[in-house]
Amino acid sequence: MTPNRRSSPVADVDPEGRAELGTSGSEDATASRRPIVADRQSQASGATAPKSGLSVKLEGLRAFYGKAEQVKGVDLDFNANEVTAIIGPSGCGKSTMIRCINRMHEEIPGARAEGRVMLADTDVYDSAVDVVAVRRAIGMVFQKPNPFPTMSIFDNVAAGLRLTAKRGELQQKVERALRGAGLWDEVSDRLSEPGAGLSGGQQQRLCIARSLAVDPEVILMDEPCSALDPIATLKIEELIEELKQRVTIVIVTHNMQQAARVADRTAFMLDGQLVEVGPTQDIFTKPSDSRTEEYVTGKFG
Amino acid sequence: MEAASVPGGDRTLLVRSPLARLPDRLLKYGLTVLAALILALIVYFFVRLVGQARPAFAHAGVLGFAFDNNWNPSAGHFGALPLVVGTLITSTLALIIGVPVAVAAAIYTTELCPKRLRTPLTVLVELLAAVPSVVYGLWGIFFLAPKLRGAEQWVADRLSFVPFIGGGLVTIPNLFITGLVLAIMILPIVSAISREVMSTVPADHKEAALGLGATRWEMIRIAVLPYCRSGIVGGAMLGLGRAIGETIAVTILIGDSPKLADHLFGQSYSLAAVIANEFGEATGTHRSALFAAGLVLFVLTLLVNGLARFFVIRASRATGPPRAENHSSGGGAMLAADTVVGA
Amino acid sequence: MSAPASSELLGRLAVSPARRRRDRFARGTILGATILALIPLVLIVYYLLKKGLGSWSSDFFTTDPTGNTFFKNSSIGGIKSAILGTIEIVALASAIAIPIGIGVAIWLVEYGRDSRFAHTVRFFVDVLTGVPSIVFGLFVYIVLVVGTGSTYAGYKGSIALSLLMLPVVIRSSEVILMLVPAGLRESALALGSPRWRVIFKIVLPTALPGMVTGVLLAVARAAGETAPLLFTAASTHKTTSDLGAFMNSLPVQIYSDVTSPTESVVNRAWGAALTLVVLILLLNLIARLVSRRSRLV
Repeated sequence: MTPNRRSSPVADVDPEGRAELGTSGSEDATASRRPIVADRQSQASGATAPKSGLSVKLEGLRAFYGKAEQVKGVDLDFNANEVTAIIGPSGCGKSTMIRCINRMHEEIPGARAEGRVMLADTDVYDSAVDVVAVRRAIGMVFQKPNPFPTMSIFDNVAAGLRLTAKRGELQQKVERALRGAGLWDEVSDRLSEPGAGLSGGQQQRLCIARSLAVDPEVILMDEPCSALDPIATLKIEELIEELKQRVTIVIVTHNMQQAARVADRTAFMLDGQLVEVGPTQDIFTKPSDSRTEEYVTGKFG
Repeated sequence: MEAASVPGGDRTLLVRSPLARLPDRLLKYGLTVLAALILALIVYFFVRLVGQARPAFAHAGVLGFAFDNNWNPSAGHFGALPLVVGTLITSTLALIIGVPVAVAAAIYTTELCPKRLRTPLTVLVELLAAVPSVVYGLWGIFFLAPKLRGAEQWVADRLSFVPFIGGGLVTIPNLFITGLVLAIMILPIVSAISREVMSTVPADHKEAALGLGATRWEMIRIAVLPYCRSGIVGGAMLGLGRAIGETIAVTILIGDSPKLADHLFGQSYSLAAVIANEFGEATGTHRSALFAAGLVLFVLTLLVNGLARFFVIRASRATGPPRAENHSSGGGAMLAADTVVGA
Repeated sequence: MSAPASSELLGRLAVSPARRRRDRFARGTILGATILALIPLVLIVYYLLKKGLGSWSSDFFTTDPTGNTFFKNSSIGGIKSAILGTIEIVALASAIAIPIGIGVAIWLVEYGRDSRFAHTVRFFVDVLTGVPSIVFGLFVYIVLVVGTGSTYAGYKGSIALSLLMLPVVIRSSEVILMLVPAGLRESALALGSPRWRVIFKIVLPTALPGMVTGVLLAVARAAGETAPLLFTAASTHKTTSDLGAFMNSLPVQIYSDVTSPTESVVNRAWGAALTLVVLILLLNLIARLVSRRSRLV
């Protein structure tokens, strides 16, 4: 990872403060102020620019659909620049839980959440926080690849960018995002073709690129590979491995082998509650809770 | 159950006697004949209409009829251009005014309004379709036209330098009022189709847009409207077809000036209106000319509606993989189109 | 702690004032337009009630129009023949259009299905949907008035109206019939039931509420039509039950009253208009209530 030596336009940068976030070298400050010049190196090498994700902490999170409580008080940490997997049987509330992190849960009529979701040191549910900002900083990849059907590949990736970016920056940011998603080589010559014309795996990587384009700190993935074939799944898992250097990743999966392959830490949820969380190795080889053990050995779910 | 076993052989076949099969065959062929009759009927009508219109075309030539600017039956001139132009102006006005409002109402009811208001609002907009055409004419000429006359005159005076709109005296039957009332009349149909199409936007796409940090309006702009483009265009064209063919309200509100329309706030004429007004006492070539006007009207609406159906069908198939309910979602939109219509 | 603080990050990423303005403006405009769409309805209802109710009286409904539209002091009568005429003409039109329409719909769904011929039929039904109502009047005029050398008659108006109703009935019935689950048909057929039985005993009853809704809406539409009646049923003033003669109808009555210079005649037009709208709204209401009982829609 080539350290970025350019200082950012933002005045108060504390390089040391970044140390604990696990990346080498000094970086510029914020997602939205990333100097374009710095990326020339990364474009050349195909690697992503050094950037760190932020940590997420759930404190007493409860989620309701009307009166029904789907998530029943969860305390969970997602470490920065790590991949945390959430496993559990269907209906255990894992999708609901992560949708609370980027405040998509409240889009459903009658749904609400209680508790705190801390992005680093700020509660995203704080009344002073703009929900749009939360979704900008915390991106989401959905279960079924859903590129915007009327848009070209380029426009799909640029969709989020166009909301705020100035015209000139689009080209480079789109390319960077596509490279980051490992899709650039495959589509660079057909950026104006419809996004829906790609294969399933490519579409999902397109959606990842779309999320990456707005430089999030965290990416939430809700069973991103469940609609894909094994080869496409593998590609995305490799991608996750790379991406975690830039962002924090939370991945919901019902596929335990996948969790074992990609996740640094794994959390097991059952019936709306967090049963156990720990390093993936431990969860799968020496779980502390008997329910965890039953699940990972396939006794149910 | 009608079954009989056929004796002989190792197996027993269950075969229905010919008599028992009769109702089925009757039904099938009877209905087939019925369907064919409908086809034949339409073709027959069309042929007869052309037949009746022929003398007028012979008199002035087909192009002459359609493009001659001279409708003067008493002098034996049957150039229908003023009629066509009047029809087109009012219909276009109806589109310009009506479609944005209809689409906005559709957006509001599907995306923005509180859930419990959704049905009442939808019903209210569709109620506009229950008002018969003649009542629109009545209301337009006795309520709307007088009320708006002052404002229209103000606009005409202020914009006197603008051709067609400015200057002149505002008459009570006039093009603008006709277009405005037509806009109100096509509101339900355009809105219904737009609403149908918008409600089929997969939640996925909307969530993807919101997930990128879009505001509500941006989400609509990115995920909903592009998806519905074809459908909305189709709905607008259906509205256009409706406006073109509208007779009674237009007859009451447009006046009967066979001159080529030269003033937005002045009188004009339309294909349907001329038939309604002059048919009763027309004879000979005049009558044939009116049939010809009907034919032109028919062909116009045919074209526009054909285009409309094309767009609406394209909308229900174009984006995304074909879904099981494909037919009914297209059917839903088209059903909405067919039932939400008035006179 | 990360530096800068995530609250700063979130602050920076928040919606800019320009975007917020655009969002508010767009949503405000959309709401405004929606309200705009509702205003005409309110105005029409208000005006109909205001001018129409005043004309309503028992005489209004029980006397025929006298045909007098000039003389201020003589009575102008009510709208009895118009109401009865509309009922008769529309009833006959329905009697023609409903069986034929449903029949064609059944054929399309059960027999024609995806065949080329079925597509052709559907295409022609589509064509029929778009025909302007006055052209239907012309059609019938050509065939039945000119063709036979005879004159206007109530039943000819009915035929013109039935042509108008036909595509609506066919389309709505077709859509409803298609919603009947294939499984229902298949299990009945698998039991050895002949097709006609399946259609009449199973498919039609299930589809009935939905079809009734479509039919009622078609009837409501036909009741409000004026143009097709102008050169077919024409008009008269007396009440008559002879569909073979000139017959009055509400829309035609209103239309002829609209252009009268006499104020009381115009008021009668309003009263008749209110009557017509109430009639149509009733039909719509019943249609909606019936559709709630449908298990398909």
